[in-house]
Amino acid sequence: MSNSDFDIKYVANLARIKLSSDQESRLGAQLGDILGYVKKLEQLDINNVEPMAHAVPLHNVMRTDEIQPSLTNEEALANAPKKGNGLFVVPKIVE
Amino acid sequence: MILHELTIAELTAKLASKEVSSREAMHSCLDRIDAVDDRINAFISIDREDALGQAEAADVVLGQGANQNDQPLLGVPISLKDIFCVKNQPANCASKILGDFRSPYDGTVVQKLKEAGAVVFGRVNMDEFAMGSSTENSAFGRTCNPWDLDRVPGGSSGGCAAAVVAQECFGSIGTDTGGSIRQPSALCGCVGIKPTYGRVSRFGVIAFASSLDQVGPMARNVRDTATLLGAIAGHDSKDSTSVPIEVPDYVGGLDVNLEGIKLGLPKEFLGAGIDPEVQSVFEAALKQYEALGAEIQEVSLPHTEYGVATYYILATAEASANLARFDGIRYGDRVEGNDPFSLYCNTRGKGFGDEVKRRIILGTYVLSSGYYDAYYIRAQKVRSLIKQDFDQALSKVDALITPTVPYTAFKAGEKTDDPLQMYLSDIFTISCNLTGTCGVSLPCGFTSNPKLPVGLQLLGKPFGEQELLKIAYAYEQSTPWHKERVKL
Repeated sequence: MSNSDFDIKYVANLARIKLSSDQESRLGAQLGDILGYVKKLEQLDINNVEPMAHAVPLHNVMRTDEIQPSLTNEEALANAPKKGNGLFVVPKIVE
Repeated sequence: MILHELTIAELTAKLASKEVSSREAMHSCLDRIDAVDDRINAFISIDREDALGQAEAADVVLGQGANQNDQPLLGVPISLKDIFCVKNQPANCASKILGDFRSPYDGTVVQKLKEAGAVVFGRVNMDEFAMGSSTENSAFGRTCNPWDLDRVPGGSSGGCAAAVVAQECFGSIGTDTGGSIRQPSALCGCVGIKPTYGRVSRFGVIAFASSLDQVGPMARNVRDTATLLGAIAGHDSKDSTSVPIEVPDYVGGLDVNLEGIKLGLPKEFLGAGIDPEVQSVFEAALKQYEALGAEIQEVSLPHTEYGVATYYILATAEASANLARFDGIRYGDRVEGNDPFSLYCNTRGKGFGDEVKRRIILGTYVLSSGYYDAYYIRAQKVRSLIKQDFDQALSKVDALITPTVPYTAFKAGEKTDDPLQMYLSDIFTISCNLTGTCGVSLPCGFTSNPKLPVGLQLLGKPFGEQELLKIAYAYEQSTPWHKERVKL
């Protein structure tokens, strides 16, 4: 069973993952099967059922707005693939 | 005496009496790793100097008269899944994408282990980003099952289970999102517990699916597992999903009578799909529980068959959001591009393995416009139904009892081309993550030919770890399985 409206190229692009054409066809077919399988959830009547996001009832957890110890600039940049002037260096974003 | 064979309880007693030193214990693990790990491949890397340094520091404290009553893990070498941040050490989550990343801080679990006196060493193998059930999806090669090297150790915490069973460490800390502690514990033959959601802090743990992930220990028996859980559990202000409930003494009250304890057998878990040998080993375990005074009664979890589908929608959706951080900007390997968009696509295309790509793409799809209600919201609603099943069943009994996995360890490569079959190996473990409850797997016997371990799973009430460990301990102590050691 496969899912016909699943467009691997489009979704991989949304996910910012470059795929080779071989990967596109292999992963696309596998994901089609998986989407076919998860369709079994359509068998269930879910009217009047609340969605559940978490297992434990969660509340906003706040702390007082005070400065606490954190990484130094140097530590935060230590793993950067490219850095300069105490900043992360990225390709040009704005013309 | 062969040091690396000892349990944590035996080792801490010998450390306290000065019969052995922590340095000797650490050395025996390193020697064992040198002797067997080229076959097992449980360890991705080890900082030997750091490990021995920690052991020597523990010996100084032991020399001052401290013992396991002051620090329950004083001087005990414990390994970590490659998902935990340890200051100045690599953390790769068994992926290429993190490159030569080194953690700038200790995660809370690491801090707590160190406060408990443990010698925290090594990074053990796993499925990349904890996505998998066989420890085959690793950029560092697959880990082998110590009972049969051609078979998988389970996953994703397969390195933890293999290292514990191959006696390369005295215990290991893993994570469990859909069975990743319990399933490898079952397939390798050790004890592993997935605590209740919120019981252990996840600060400093690389996130996979944040409403499901939980940290837990794996060890050679129930008592050692309880000791480790006591050391790492507790509220943490740095993890706002951790729950401020006091941590009980998991070890102290282990030895109880099971007279009158009720165990629920979910009827939907039985029947088709369970290997006949696993079934008969499991049935013998049920009889043993009855002999110990427990009452077995059938319960129903009517939505069991929807667990895997629900899980793979929710877990992949959460993963697609969590793994957005691996973009080649702030850490990890970068593959350049002319603009940020192509930089992201190139970096992620090269850095992630196939299974991670599959899951991120699936998660992106179920969250995308037009499909969100049909997949994601529907799955969240089915999650409610699964939770209701558990609440009802657990209101009638003290714990649920099931096989951990429908079969024993499978051959490497057997399921790699069929992701759906791989996903279905988590069918008995997955509901516990969706419901946020706790579950333990412990050895309950072996198949005969080949000899492979079978795991028994007990599922408990929220924050019912203590009760669960007691029920596990009584069975373990009345059976010989935990004393079986693999020959390597």
